[in-house]
Amino acid sequence: MNMLDVKDLSVWFGTGNDRVDAVRDSNFIVKRGASFGLVGESGSGKSTILRAIMGLAIDWSGAISVAGKPVTKTRPKSFYKSVQMVFQDPYASLHPRHSVDQVLGETLYLHGFKDIDARVVKLLDDVGLGGNFRFRYPHQLSGGQRQRVAIARALAPEPEILLLDEPTSALDVSVQAEILNLLTDLRNKRGLTFVMVSHDLSVVGHMCEHLAVMKNGEIVEIMDVATLREMRASHPYSKELLAASI
Amino acid sequence: MTLLDVQNLWVKFPSRQGVFDAVRGVSFTLGRERLAIVGESGSGKSMTGRAILRLIRPPGIVTANEISLQGADLMQKSERQMRDVRGQRISMVMQDPKFSLNPVMTIGQQIIEAYRLHSKASKSEAYTKALEMLQAVSIHNAERVMRAYPHEMSGGMGQRIMIAMMLIPNPEILIADEPTSALDVSVQRQVLSIIDTLVTDRGMGLIFISHDLNLVADFCDRVLIMYSGRIVEVCDAKNLQNAQHPYTRGLLNSLPRLDAPRKKLEVLSRDPSWSNAPSVSGRI
Repeated sequence: MNMLDVKDLSVWFGTGNDRVDAVRDSNFIVKRGASFGLVGESGSGKSTILRAIMGLAIDWSGAISVAGKPVTKTRPKSFYKSVQMVFQDPYASLHPRHSVDQVLGETLYLHGFKDIDARVVKLLDDVGLGGNFRFRYPHQLSGGQRQRVAIARALAPEPEILLLDEPTSALDVSVQAEILNLLTDLRNKRGLTFVMVSHDLSVVGHMCEHLAVMKNGEIVEIMDVATLREMRASHPYSKELLAASI
Repeated sequence: MTLLDVQNLWVKFPSRQGVFDAVRGVSFTLGRERLAIVGESGSGKSMTGRAILRLIRPPGIVTANEISLQGADLMQKSERQMRDVRGQRISMVMQDPKFSLNPVMTIGQQIIEAYRLHSKASKSEAYTKALEMLQAVSIHNAERVMRAYPHEMSGGMGQRIMIAMMLIPNPEILIADEPTSALDVSVQRQVLSIIDTLVTDRGMGLIFISHDLNLVADFCDRVLIMYSGRIVEVCDAKNLQNAQHPYTRGLLNSLPRLDAPRKKLEVLSRDPSWSNAPSVSGRI
């Protein structure tokens, strides 16, 4: 079954002469429980696709459907319960004056959970942080710990799809390994579906089964990881990208 | 031939919790080669680069037995004498071009200023020299770029402009502090090959500060691996894959690889003895 189905998606910013077409006629399908990667250089529109799915990029056309249900322009609360996003920079995505407890508690409250106290403890445990991080503020956490909190926040409404926008590019390689392992474990445990944006082909190769290569707002090639590993890309741009990242 | 000889370099920052040692007793030499310093954030690699140029301001404290640039000790120089060293003899490319170019001056003005500060060239000579330099870093429409402001440039262009500006006084040593980490992979290679040709053509010494082990193994001759302010291992870049120290091994193993898929990545487990062990000397 298709968890996420994106058809003819175009996203643009501005109007008239200032109009920039960030994404043009993109199509891809992600199966339930699968992990899909989007790669390309900066400005190729890979993050914009995620933002359009989340409703953060307002001007888009085409059709997006999540678990068979088409996504409307104004998204109901139930949408955000099934789709959540983790952002690139853990330093910017947490409120500096909210403690970890407040960050998670507020998310849980907004999604109408009753047993907030128990759930906060459980969430922190799931992302490997433990109880003594609960009342800390973001400046008291390292980059990796912050990204764990951001992942915990995304997991709070018990989503089915997690959109990951370069979740490890701001982190050191040793911390990157920890976060990637955490994401793999969570996906196995909760049966999550991932859509992951990265400019690092080896990270996408590690995490995903299928990936799309983007250039100038268009998906130029969709391939599976086996093809990637054997370096058998067919589009000249993906070949170039592969050669550059080895 | 040794260009730079650093002996027992310490960088300290006094804080309310006591003195924090960012760099602890680092020694190395640099010849006409590409020397890499790698490590995680907070390992002291950037501080080492800045300390060489004496760019660390009080309350930070820099001590060293000697930082000798072809026999002259930089630690003994006055601030005025240091100004003749910075840019002219040792120059530095910073990580992010957005923050290191002046936003209210055109690119041309900035490069010409950098050049005329160190030589007695006339304005028109400096202009032609700046054009040449921009072409040397593969900027094709150099005349337009000379008139442009930094915000009109992309990241890769900005970084190439920075390199042009740093190389125009023809320094003996170039310190590149993560010059490519803000750039895309495709642009990264381009910038690196530009640095590479310029360094080999002019016989400069290069200190390349980076956190990317694969990149360094490809691009440099010798690698110093830093951990919590000390050098834990020195090896030839070619042999980086066979590095011995558990920290280096841990870093290498934690990288996902396309040719060797794994279910789970190895996580670095830190041993407190690594930070207590004395620094390995990188001197030849």
